[in-house]
Amino acid sequence: MRVAVLDGETDFDGWRTAARALRMAGVPPGQAAFRIGSGGDGLFDESLPLPAADQASFSVPKSFIDLARDVILHRSEDRLDLLYRLLCRLGDEPELMKVVTDADVAEAFERAKNVSRASHKMKAFVRFRQAADDNGERWVAWFEPAHRVLEKTAPFFVRRFPTMRWSVLTPDGCAAWDGETLSFEPPATRDMAPAEDEVEDFWKTYYASTFNPARLKTKAMQSEMPKRYWKNLPEAALIPELVAQAAVRTEAMVATPAPEPNARLAKTLSRINRDRAFEEGFKPSNLTELDQAVQACRRCPLWRDATQGVCGEGPRSARLMIVGEQPGDQEDLAGRPFVGPAGQVLDAALAEAGIEREDVFVTNAVKHFKHEPQGKRRLHKTPTAGEVSACRWWLDAERRLVKPKVIVTLGGTAALGLLGRKVAVTKERGQAVELGDGAKALLTVHPSYLLRIPDEAGKTAERERFVKDLKRAKALL
Amino acid sequence: MAQLDLRRKLSILADAAKYDASCASSGTSKRDSFGGKGVGSTEGMGICHAYTPDGRCVSLLKVLLTNFCIYDCAYCINRASSNVPRARFAVDEVVGLTLNFYKRNYIEGLFLSSGIIRSGDYTMEQLVRVAKTLRTEHDFRGYIHLKLIPEADPKLVEEAGLYADRLSANIELPRDEALRRLAPQKDAGVIKKAMGQVRLAAEAAKPGKRDRVKPPRFAPAGQSTQLIVGADGSPDTEIMARSASLYGGYGLRRVYYSAFSPIPDSSSVLPLEKPPLMREHRLYQADWLMRFYGFSAPEIGEAATNGMLDLAIDPKLAWALNRRELFPVDVNTAPREVLLRVPGLGVKSVDRILSVRRWRTLRLEDVARLCRGVDKVRPFIVALDWTPGGLTDAVDLRARIAPDPKPVQMSLF
Repeated sequence: MRVAVLDGETDFDGWRTAARALRMAGVPPGQAAFRIGSGGDGLFDESLPLPAADQASFSVPKSFIDLARDVILHRSEDRLDLLYRLLCRLGDEPELMKVVTDADVAEAFERAKNVSRASHKMKAFVRFRQAADDNGERWVAWFEPAHRVLEKTAPFFVRRFPTMRWSVLTPDGCAAWDGETLSFEPPATRDMAPAEDEVEDFWKTYYASTFNPARLKTKAMQSEMPKRYWKNLPEAALIPELVAQAAVRTEAMVATPAPEPNARLAKTLSRINRDRAFEEGFKPSNLTELDQAVQACRRCPLWRDATQGVCGEGPRSARLMIVGEQPGDQEDLAGRPFVGPAGQVLDAALAEAGIEREDVFVTNAVKHFKHEPQGKRRLHKTPTAGEVSACRWWLDAERRLVKPKVIVTLGGTAALGLLGRKVAVTKERGQAVELGDGAKALLTVHPSYLLRIPDEAGKTAERERFVKDLKRAKALL
Repeated sequence: MAQLDLRRKLSILADAAKYDASCASSGTSKRDSFGGKGVGSTEGMGICHAYTPDGRCVSLLKVLLTNFCIYDCAYCINRASSNVPRARFAVDEVVGLTLNFYKRNYIEGLFLSSGIIRSGDYTMEQLVRVAKTLRTEHDFRGYIHLKLIPEADPKLVEEAGLYADRLSANIELPRDEALRRLAPQKDAGVIKKAMGQVRLAAEAAKPGKRDRVKPPRFAPAGQSTQLIVGADGSPDTEIMARSASLYGGYGLRRVYYSAFSPIPDSSSVLPLEKPPLMREHRLYQADWLMRFYGFSAPEIGEAATNGMLDLAIDPKLAWALNRRELFPVDVNTAPREVLLRVPGLGVKSVDRILSVRRWRTLRLEDVARLCRGVDKVRPFIVALDWTPGGLTDAVDLRARIAPDPKPVQMSLF
């Protein structure tokens, strides 16, 4: 048996040097042992010949080193043997660390996980108490970590509290921060930390008040806050009483008869309910009323998943009205028509045709955004004929209020919404259609169609046709 | 009215805030306090500093600024017509409590909400003032979650995003009609508009590739919302559809589900019964399936009965038992998205399978080492030394995997 002596339980560099020498000397895992000594510089039971200078050195994957740094903090006795076994096996199996199904690798990962959890719980469960010395305010905590994670975890408290002078005392050692440097000191005992802190009463009050007795789940609590930590958590002292009273408190809540409704409040509420209700057949007398009415609209179910109804926008005196299909993702959020990608195409085309967008009343055949959620996005869906005809009520109301001379419809849905019949836009495109009330309709494609044409040449040609249609509409005014 | 002492106020205003399930302190930008004059850090992962006996974590100081409220939402303990004791914190009192708790390492930060007093704007202004004081006067770099008052001016929302890590507005009831009935002064449309505004502001705050000056920060931990389960009669499928629509529309980080729980002095229009905790749990599982496993809400709903998820088994197992023609799958060859649909395999297990199988051909015992329990997995996979044979299609498969229904706990009521 070859024995290597390390400086301390967490002396990773000592272990690393010794283990390297042992493996190079060809000592098999069963024949090597690691002991914790008091100082010394890696004394070996049996003198170990130092590797000759010409002997090929070896390297191990970084993932092994990272893992080993954590595993050594585990409180188990045999952790160093496990690590040495892995180190030796890496010689023949260089990819071993990736085989997490291997029993040794799995075991090492399991212990690293326990260590990482202990470190996380230390970040969570350390409780500082306020103290004072000649230099002023000091913060001191007594903590008993599940594994030897003090040195690993102390920098977290430095990052969090660099402006405070603090120390964390543990049975393994102490970490102290003086505002400039972090130092590690010998083990301490509980009585070296302050016995109380007046803010703890506030904390306990908060802890007790934030607990809901109607949903007692003590197992869930204990799996995350194991009992081993309770003795150093001031709030944990309250747990038995909170649990004991939970059933009684809940029964009392349930048994208390509901209070009489306040008559005045009830009246106010019913008025609010009435004012916001959807009124079938309501004819708005101006655009503001129309907008409010659309928000309450229940003529089809599309309101449910949309953010808001998006009404038309533009001057009431507009002579040109442009009707699109429905608001898209951006329009739904902004509450304004044609502000998304298709809106930009439309704006550019209008400018090219010599039409000011400010002079146009821009609206949609359907006022709510029909879509299907997919992960973090919403995919556009074409409204059905039923939804389009339900929404014609609002398009007709807009026409009645604005009285445009020419209405340009963009795409099939818009044409359906205006004319009330299915239309092949490509066939009827560009011809003026009499609408009966003196206005003329002109059909063209939707700008989002232009966005979807893959080849540049086709895109340019289609865009020119689109601008031509808009110019024709201008000529009709 | 006599001045309440601070501890009494804390007790009232923490009690008033506890029905909001959100407690996350994760997912914000990384910060420490080097070079600052205050305290506070955030490192991506949230930290739960304590757990109460209801199994919920205590990560933030979760309080209301005041529980006075002009609204009368039937499900809420703080509604205007409730007889609970009322209190109001001064801005400095909340700031002081937050810092005192933070320096003792009790909390990750503050989650501040409020009853509506005077107006939405006034209330929001008060909330923002607390966050602003913490950030600018005390250089506090811990986590701040602010409740959004949907009716408030968009400018206040923008200012809130400057100081807060997370913003949230609660939809509360999955059905808009129920909101109208139970919370007549609230307007689902206004809440959705506020969430839309947060999404747009968050998108605007993302620096573009060519931006030379970074746009001002806006709520780096995004927004979340809460749905109450079991108060308005909507079935699980409707709740999942609502969640999917919220995730898709507003880029929410989280939807929280809160089993409706009896409250002191509760309204007569609501069910007085034990909170449906198992239902809440199944909805969270379904939510995870939607966010991390590639399931859509209607797919999970396939296995539901009358729109309700099976309480005895998890939603993925329920789905798989219903779609056995898709199984078994070979763990040594199946693609990631297929493995994610195997009951009993989580995201981590699947990723480990994918990485190990480049070096080893997996046996059943290997799979067992990578997941929490192989019994649930076995009928749905093929491995080097394992094929389920007729097990996948066995008539009694559900009974074999699903634990015997435990005797129902005696009702508390």
